[in-house]
Amino acid sequence: MAEIMEIEVLRYRPEEDNEPWTQRYQVPFTHEMSILEALTYIKDHLDSTLSYRWSCRMAICGSCGMMVNGKPKLGCKTFLRDYVSAGKIKLEPLANFPIERDLVVDMSDFMQKLEKIKPYIIPKEEKDLCDGEYIQTPKQLAQYKQFSQCINCGLCYAACPQYALKPEFLGPAALALLYRYNEDSRDGAKAERMKLVNQESGVWSCTFVGFCSEVCPKGVDPAAAIQLYKAESAKDYVIAMFKPED
Amino acid sequence: MDISQSKRKPYVRQVKKSWWLRNSFYTGYMLREGTCLFVGAYTVILLCGLLRLSQGPEAFAGWLHALHSPLAILFHLVALVACLFHAKTWFSLAPKAVRLFKGAELMPEKPIIMAQYIGLAAVSVIVLLIAILA
Repeated sequence: MAEIMEIEVLRYRPEEDNEPWTQRYQVPFTHEMSILEALTYIKDHLDSTLSYRWSCRMAICGSCGMMVNGKPKLGCKTFLRDYVSAGKIKLEPLANFPIERDLVVDMSDFMQKLEKIKPYIIPKEEKDLCDGEYIQTPKQLAQYKQFSQCINCGLCYAACPQYALKPEFLGPAALALLYRYNEDSRDGAKAERMKLVNQESGVWSCTFVGFCSEVCPKGVDPAAAIQLYKAESAKDYVIAMFKPED
Repeated sequence: MDISQSKRKPYVRQVKKSWWLRNSFYTGYMLREGTCLFVGAYTVILLCGLLRLSQGPEAFAGWLHALHSPLAILFHLVALVACLFHAKTWFSLAPKAVRLFKGAELMPEKPIIMAQYIGLAAVSVIVLLIAILA
């Protein structure tokens, strides 16, 4: 008979609860079982009312982000076996986001911020299709590649105490993505995006806690993007003193 | 009854004042930031020394004498530990603020961190030599 592991889940059902509460489930433990699989077991065998998000099960869709023993993790990339010594697993919805239901959070603020930075290439000059592709060298690709690996899972926002204390802060993923597009040799909208960077809610709201990079499941390193752009923003400020825009 | 009526009621969790005790990473961050108080206090003491020096040899001797008190020695020991911790944590974070490429390859973090320790050692030796030789 399989060993049993107790999993605590923070429950919140808006139609009946006024605040979240904890429910415990006994889940059969197997060495290969991920947190997401454990949740599927609960949903299939123990409690069909439990809500959580998931899609790809292979750490690429970014849907199954949640707090595992207080740390933001992807459910599909986190395994029960790593918590045997801890003796317990406590699952909560991603921190710093409003709870929609059980482990599902409302990410609309995050989505709006992503949209705000114009996360697409805005070419310097529009080219006709007949003129061919926008060519890029491997070296030019290397300049931003790391920052293009973001899967929008929101783990970095759940790790950022500044976002919790100051919700207007643009936040780690949006700024990392902003860096990604600004540093793309095919893009020409840097000056436009720098206006967002230079605002108080831009890079200057970051106090360099650095936990965002620590929890990123894809090694994007948003803290690095933000620190690099603090220097860029300071440069922008000095240049603007000598060269006013209008 | 309108069955399409939304039951949405997003629950917003409050940030407790003790948020930085929630995990060791946050506590480490607060400790790192906290050490700047000692760095600041030490700077003020040094500036006082400079001020006293400008006021003449007697004033400077008085400042030096004050530094011999057990309290001042204790403060300097604590400040030294705080400054070393401050330097170590910032040195380890520095690679995030520089992005050096060797061709298309990003330079690893280790040499950047090591270069700072070498720089610190070099400056310390120079200052020590000046102090001994002067």
